[in-house]
Amino acid sequence: MQEAILKAEKLSKYFYEPSRFQVLHEVSLSIQKGEFVSIMGKSGCGKSTLLYLLSTLDTDYEGTIDIHGVKVTGLPEKNLARFRNEHIGFVFQFHFLLPEFTALQNVMLPALKLGRLDTPAIEAHAMEKLRQMEMHEHAHKLSGKLSGGQQQRVAIARALINDPDIIMADEPTGNLDSTNAAIISNILQELARQDNTIIIVTHDRDFANRTDRIIEMVDGRLQEPAVHP
Amino acid sequence: MLGVTFGIAMFILMISFMKGVNKLLQDLVLSTTPDIHIYNDFKTDYSASIAGRYFNAGNRNWVIVHHPRPKQISLNLRNAPGIVADLRKHEEVVAVSPYLSALTLFHYGPVQWAANLEGVDIREEDRLFGLADKMVSGRPEDLLATDNGIIMGYKLAEDLNLLPGDLVTLTAPSKAQMRFRVVGTYKFGIATVDEYKAYVSLSKMQQLMGKNRDYITDIRIKLKDLDRAVPLAAAFGKKYGYKSEDWETVNASLKASNIIRDTLTYVVSITLLIVAGFGIYNIMNMVIISKMKDIAILKAQGFAGRDIIQIFLSQSLIIGLIGGMAGLLLGFLLSYGLSRVPFPQDDFIIITHFPVLFQGWFYIFGALFGILTTLLAGLLPARKAAKIDPVAILRG
Repeated sequence: MQEAILKAEKLSKYFYEPSRFQVLHEVSLSIQKGEFVSIMGKSGCGKSTLLYLLSTLDTDYEGTIDIHGVKVTGLPEKNLARFRNEHIGFVFQFHFLLPEFTALQNVMLPALKLGRLDTPAIEAHAMEKLRQMEMHEHAHKLSGKLSGGQQQRVAIARALINDPDIIMADEPTGNLDSTNAAIISNILQELARQDNTIIIVTHDRDFANRTDRIIEMVDGRLQEPAVHP
Repeated sequence: MLGVTFGIAMFILMISFMKGVNKLLQDLVLSTTPDIHIYNDFKTDYSASIAGRYFNAGNRNWVIVHHPRPKQISLNLRNAPGIVADLRKHEEVVAVSPYLSALTLFHYGPVQWAANLEGVDIREEDRLFGLADKMVSGRPEDLLATDNGIIMGYKLAEDLNLLPGDLVTLTAPSKAQMRFRVVGTYKFGIATVDEYKAYVSLSKMQQLMGKNRDYITDIRIKLKDLDRAVPLAAAFGKKYGYKSEDWETVNASLKASNIIRDTLTYVVSITLLIVAGFGIYNIMNMVIISKMKDIAILKAQGFAGRDIIQIFLSQSLIIGLIGGMAGLLLGFLLSYGLSRVPFPQDDFIIITHFPVLFQGWFYIFGALFGILTTLLAGLLPARKAAKIDPVAILRG
């Protein structure tokens, strides 16, 4: 059996506004290296919440999460930031680039923060990632001037810049027209083939069907035992 | 940013002007006050009396004397030449001017005009007060070159209708009269000095008073360091046994008003800078609210709270630095402008422009304070930005 890159045990999460409400009920799952996993479910079933817990952005939960052999539960904020920077690439539903910077600068930002390479090397690396997304022609445009589909491709390039262990995407095609959605899903599939570990949250059944494994969520619980077959 | 600029500019302007005023007033006062003044402050001691013996009162009777007065008292400094010679040897003393002063009457037709006449060594007096620079006509040395010469305030000369070369008759307290020839007039810019004071040579004064050549009532001293006046005055008083006053004691009100002006300057300046600080605080708060989404993105990509603080703090520091530098420049231009504004002219006032003092440490202090204010004003919003929960924003 392959090693699990991500292991979550008995995750429970509560919302306190407007009243105490349990979003996740002791969710346990493990994800293998190189797996392409989709989490599906109705609105409000807790799938996005689960993704934010796994991404270490949300730290207010019960249970434990191990990523890449590191127990991230209970780590201080500073260490988590560093950990995210190095090991996790994140793609959002609403692209979320910094509009004052060019596409290239947006992609370079996490690598500059990591500081593993010097600036010219990072720039070359970022250009390569953009080329992979076929966005290299727009590298020096302000990201605010790009179309939604183009911005999302830049965002994926940014998620890849530090060669993360896991790429997480929250409804990456949710805000795009079908043409662009197809492009994005093709890109993610291609990345999965290149042995990247990818977790996506989606509404789109067709998109989910193209992943290795679909995890169904209903009312804060996993529908099937989410352990790799 | 403009808030910081104006805050610092006003601080520079105010402190330069206030310090200028302080210096002007101090210079005016010091132009006529010696650093240390030694004189015979006569104290009459009536504890022992010969009245009882005089009235043959014996032991059982009381003799009460109302309003006793001294019969004979000497106002001079005994061994004055010795004291002067000793003072001149003191290493902290620059100039020593022994003199003899008395209220005399100047005759102007039927009118008698009272003014203070001082018999001085005019060269020492020149070293003390820079008399040569304040002469309206004649030179201080003319007093030595002329027999019975007199130098007086320009106002006194005007009042008595005297021009250099004219003769004036004086009456001493001892009723002795003498005629002097006006050899020069001076202008200090202080009414009491310009209208009620005149100089003659020490020997002529002694002659007019009918005293010998050692008769001296006062000694004025100029020091190398003005701030040493207080301890040295006390030391001299103790050493020679005469009243010894430093300039700060004589002009206590000057010091009080200096302190009040300084306090006023700092209070107003600090208020201005705090208002400027609140301006930055508000701007930074607005910036952070509009950048919430971007902060969340940065956090999701692995930027820690400290990085966020650094970003926003450096922004407010840049505002502070640019605004502060502009403020220093504006402050300099404003205070330079003020120093060029003509001062309303008056007979007694010798200044021509508003007094403004230019000193480097005002600018260093202003810059430091400006940076400190912006740092504090930026820190609070930056900390708030660092605490933003990215999940709440990314979920929409």
